[in-house]
Parts: sequence; C-alpha cells; structure tokens
Amino acid sequence: MSGEGVVEIRNLHVSIGDEAILNGIDLTMKKGEIHALMGRNGSGKSTLAKVLMGHPEYEVTEGSVTIDGEDILSLEPWERARLGVFLSFQYPQSVPGLQVGNFLRKSVAAIRGDNTPKAREFRKELKTCMDLLDVDKKFLGRYVNDGFSGGEKKRLEILQLMLLKPQLAVLDETDSGLDIDALRTVATGINSSVGNAACLIITHYQRILDHVNPDYVHVIVDGKIVASGGPELALKLEDKGYEWLGEERVAA
Amino acid sequence: MSDSEARDVVGEYEAGWHDPETSTVRFDAGLSEQVVRDISELKNEPEWMTDIRVKAFHHFMKQPMPSWGNLEILNNIDFEAITYFLRSGNKTENDWDDVPEDIKRTFDRLGIPDAEQKWLGGVTAQYESEAVYHSIREDLEAQGVIFLDMDSGLKEHEDLVKEYFCKVVPYQDNKFSALNTAVWSGGSFIYVPKGVKVEMPVQAYFRINAKNMGQFERTLIIADEGSSIHYVEGCTAPTYSTESLHSAVVELIAHKDAHIRYSTVQNWSNNVYNLVTKRAIAHKNATVEWVDGNIGSKLTMKYPAVILKGEGSHAEVISVAYAGQGQHQDAGAKVHHLARNTTSKILSKSISKDGGRGSYRGMVTVAKKAENCKVNVVCDALILDEDSQSDTYPTMEISNPTCRSEHEASVSKVSDEQLFYLMSRGHTEDESMALIVNGFFEPFTRELPMEYAVELNKLMALEMEGSIG
Ligand SMILES: Nc1ncnc2c1ncn2[C@@H]1O[C@H](COP(=O)(O)OP(=O)(O)OP(=O)(O)O)[C@@H](O)[C@H]1O
Ligand SMILES: [Mg+2]
Repeated sequence: MSGEGVVEIRNLHVSIGDEAILNGIDLTMKKGEIHALMGRNGSGKSTLAKVLMGHPEYEVTEGSVTIDGEDILSLEPWERARLGVFLSFQYPQSVPGLQVGNFLRKSVAAIRGDNTPKAREFRKELKTCMDLLDVDKKFLGRYVNDGFSGGEKKRLEILQLMLLKPQLAVLDETDSGLDIDALRTVATGINSSVGNAACLIITHYQRILDHVNPDYVHVIVDGKIVASGGPELALKLEDKGYEWLGEERVAA
Repeated sequence: MSDSEARDVVGEYEAGWHDPETSTVRFDAGLSEQVVRDISELKNEPEWMTDIRVKAFHHFMKQPMPSWGNLEILNNIDFEAITYFLRSGNKTENDWDDVPEDIKRTFDRLGIPDAEQKWLGGVTAQYESEAVYHSIREDLEAQGVIFLDMDSGLKEHEDLVKEYFCKVVPYQDNKFSALNTAVWSGGSFIYVPKGVKVEMPVQAYFRINAKNMGQFERTLIIADEGSSIHYVEGCTAPTYSTESLHSAVVELIAHKDAHIRYSTVQNWSNNVYNLVTKRAIAHKNATVEWVDGNIGSKLTMKYPAVILKGEGSHAEVISVAYAGQGQHQDAGAKVHHLARNTTSKILSKSISKDGGRGSYRGMVTVAKKAENCKVNVVCDALILDEDSQSDTYPTMEISNPTCRSEHEASVSKVSDEQLFYLMSRGHTEDESMALIVNGFFEPFTRELPMEYAVELNKLMALEMEGSIG
C-alpha cells in the first residue's frame, strides 16, 4: 500500500437486471483527500459504494475503476479488500456466533498479510482504537453486529476502518443514526485513519462534515455526478435542498 | 494430562508400532444364538451376562425395524452380511493402504500426527502406550475412580456392572439396543465414588486406546452421590471404518447431587450407519448434560435422552449435526420429566449441504405428578444450498399444567449480503462460509475442550472448501 493512492473512476455505468442505476460516474480521488458524496434517496450512492467493493449482484456495463492505474473491477471482493479497499456498510450484516475479537483478528490477518501485528502488538493497537472510539472491552466477546444498536454497528465499522488501514475508504452513511456525542467520536476515528487513504464519505447531512472536513463535495442525481465543489456546496445543499440542481441542469 | 500433552506423548511413541497381533477371532457373517454364546464364552463371562445376551438376541430377531426415520436407508442394512467378530487382541485388520486418500488428506490438513492417523484409520498396530495409560489411571485410582474398558469392568467389578447394566437402556428398548446387548464388545466402564469431583475432562486416554472404538461398544458411567465427571469421546478426524454398522449403547446414572457431562464429537466415514442409544437417569438434584456432535456417516440416528427421575434434577442436551453429500443426520434429544421442579434445556443445530439432510427429532414429556417443571427447546437449522434439506419433528407431551415450556425453531440460509460483508473484510468466499458455519455451531463448540473446539472449526473450514460456485 505504498503507491500513490490515486483512485480513478471513469465513465462508470452499472445496472441491475435491465435497470441502469449508475449512468457514467467520473471521479478522481487521491491519498489524503476527503470527498463527500451527497444525493437523494435512491440516487445511486450505495450502489457506487458496493460496486467499488465488488458486490456480485451489480453488473458494470461500461467504464473502469483503477487504483494507481491497476484495474480493480476484475478482482473479487476479498482481493480488493487485500489491495486496500474498505467499505463501511450502510447496513452492516450480523454473523451470530462469530465473536468481534476473533473476527477483527482474522480480518487484520487476511488484509494486512505479512504486516499483521503479533498477538501482543495487535492487542495494544486494538485497545488504542477502542479507547478512541469509546467502546467497552466487552464488545470483543459479542457476536458481530448481532443485536447491536445502530450506533454500535457504526462504531464497529469504524473500528475496522482503523485496524484495516485501507487506501480507499468508502463510508456509506456512517453518520446516520448516531447521537451527537457518538458522531463526534466516530468522526475522530475517521480522521485518525484517513490520512493515508482516499476517502469517500456518503452522507445526507452537513453535520458530519463539520467534524470531518471534506476537500470536495459531489452531488449525485440519477446515477450521475451533476455538481462538484468545495465544502460550500454541502452548505448550499443543506440550505436549499436538491431542487435547484435540477433547474440548473435543465437550464444548462 | 491435557489433550495436547497426551498427543505429544502419542508422538513420542511413534516408533512403538509393532506387527499386528494375530489373536483375532473371527466369526462367519451373520448372527445366531450360537454366535452370541460363543462371544460370551470367549470372553469368559458370567452366566447372567450370557443370559442377557441370548435374550437380547431373540428380542432383536423378532423386533421389527423402526417405522420412522430414514426407512429407505435403514431397510438397506443387511444384518446377515455383517460379521459379528470379536477381537481378543487389538483393533481391526484394516490395512493403512486401504484407507481412502481423501481421508488421509484430511488427517494431514487437520494436523493430526502420523501415529494417531494410523490409529484413527483402524490399523491393527498397537501402541506401547501402557505407560500413558497407567499414569492417567493412577491419578484417577488415587481418587477411587474406576476407569476401565467395559470387558475389564465386568471382570473386575461384576457386582457393580450387574447392578446397573441394561437398567437405563433395557435390551427391549429398541432393535439396535437389543443387537448391541447381544453382541457388545468394548466401550468404557466408569464409576465415580461419592463426593469425588474429577477435575479434568476424561478424554486423553481414549484418544490412544484403540479398544474403545468398537463396532458395538457399550458404555456405563455411574456417578455416585455428589460426584462429578466430564467424559469426552471421539474425535473430529474422520474415523474410517470398513464395518458399516456401528451401534453403541451408553448408559449414565447420576445419583443424588451428581453431575455428568458426556461430550461426543464423531466424524464417521460416509459408509457408516451410526445408530446409537444414549440414555441417562438423573436422581435428586442431579445434572446430566449431553454434548453431542455428529459429522459424517451415511445415516446417524441418535437422540441422547435423560430421565429426570429425582426432584430438582436438570437435563441439558446440546447437539450439532452436519450432513454433507449423501448423508442423513437424524438427531435430537429426549427428556422425560418424572419429578417435580425438574428442568431441561435442549439446543439442537444442524447444517445441511450438497444435498445432505439434517433432521431434528425431539421428544419431551412431563408426567402428571411432575409439578413446576421448566422445558426449553431450541432447534435451528442452516441450509447451505438448494439441494439440501432440513426437517424437524418435535413432540411435547405435557401432562401437568404448572409446566412452563418454550419452544423455538428456525430454518435459515446464508444470505449473499452476509457473505459479501465478510468477503469485504478480506475473507474468500469459502472462508466467509466457514466463519458463518462455525459461528452457527459456536454455542456447541464453546462447550468442548479447547483441542476439540479448534479441530472442529478447522474441520468445518475444510468442509466449506471449494464447494461454492
Ligand atoms: N439489489 C438491488 N435490486 C434492485 N434495485 C436496486 C438494488 N440496489 C439498488 N437498487 C436501486 O437502485 C437505486 C439506487 O439505490 P441506492 O441504494 O444506490 O441508493 P442510495 O443513493 O444509496 O439511497 P439512500 O440514500 O436511500 O441510501 C434505487 O432505485 C434502488 O431501488
Ligand atoms: Mg444508500
């Protein structure tokens, strides 16, 4: 993961069955950059996130995604993960019987490979991350996302982000359902681990962007990025909603 | 001694293989009263045992096959083709070369040492393991615990055996308990005296004692008042057997305040019919726990049972079954609440894959006079593909209105989203499947001694390999 960390999404078209969901996404992200992606419900944000991770259900009909020039679309999800792609899920899945501690250790081993810390170092690293995220040690003995509250699920996602050290981090609505304190904690976790990653934060709200300052904000409508700008774009959306974008497009 | 220590010792004895003993006595195929009498005579048994065997034989002959279960498979068993042979020396005369390659490979991948592999493969070589055997026995003997194979138990403690043999599982119970009683050989005999608590699970010995894994083994465990013991049998490695019918009987007696836990992990090769009767009696305030894991075999029919005879006694049956290609696991539990304030918990989990079939068959009864009982039954099935099957046959007969009972059943499939979530964390599809499957078995696995738990997880991971596509 020593590369430049340039992620390029070019003219990405995705459909499921006969239905086109993404209609030519173009986006370039570099290591250390935070990009926010905003858009109405159903506009295709999660689809983009899952396609980047390699969800088998979606079909890429056109376009490419590369990291440092290497095509990732032909890779299996686990190969992408090992290459440094990470997705914080909008709806994390539960795995009854699989203990969080065990799961984290195995995932770190799978992804960090030769750089996997020894048991003792790992425990130390884990403790640092858990302290920062304000999660109790008991967490490790619970089953992955099984009976977790919304906030606990999101914390576990960010704990994984911190431990897996990706070069492309896609965070799908990690802020939704968090109370104000939890939002701040989770944001601290995100900030601590995205310095070496290109980070795509999918959100509906300005409030997480108060804590995690985006370099760029993009707006997606009907599977296409229709506007890009700096942090002020998010503020404008918060203020005016999405209506004006449609008008401008029609006008353009 | 811990399991791993025992295994180390086994390793050391690797050089101790010697040529097969030749003292094996073999009978012609088929069963007759004479064969049964011959077995008893060869073992020099007391007359009462010969009588029970003969009676059991006649019962077996006239008893019809069970009218339930997998009749298609059951009715295929040809009793005449089976050789009811007796080994006076050590185990069978299989040749290690005859053990199928895939099983040898599995041994390797589970990290089972060579020597133990051969033993599990049923090769007729004998360990110089007497030293190990003795040190364990000395520990137990110092506490007054009797721990013998069943044949020696009968010789050395005839009175005890006579008092309890066939009392929990009468030979009339079912066709296979009758067959076992007629021709039994091997198995374990354990007596734990009053108040003695055996701290470590008694297991190591059995991983190195070839006599244990017979075709018709018979086990009897008596825990006297206030005593406790945890017995572990079997192993997760595939146990290759050329003999297709395995029909064991296990009887447990937990006296007042005693605690018996009996853990089994079995992985028979897939030519085996594994038809086992396991039953316990729990007296006042006693606890009996069956922890039972079934993998492999062609057909397993096994329903560990507890009779809650004494007030305040408690039963727990935790079982898992994995049915792969061409396999049917018909497993479950039975609990009979005969006394007041008795409680029971049944947790049954099955996984079926590649056309395998997992069935839960359970029966709980609460007697009219049994006031204030509690019953909890949970059975979960996980089906891994379209070709596989799971079914449940739960029965509850509650004749006392004060009983509180709960019953939950679930059938689930592995969802694509669950797999995707795990794959996004760097785990291949097979590995992800193994994480889900081992998670599903976890409530069972955590009850096992560490060594077994680790092996079982590895085994299930192997089972998931290369299977998805
Ligand atoms: N697996 C699927 N099957 C059918 N339709 C799908 C599937 N996944 C996404 N879609 C459709 O694609 C469109 C985009 O969905 P997506 O989940 O990407 O939206 P989103 O922008 O993340 O919305 P939200 O803000 O509500 O999370 C929607 O119309 C959705 O119904
Ligand atoms: Mg979404």
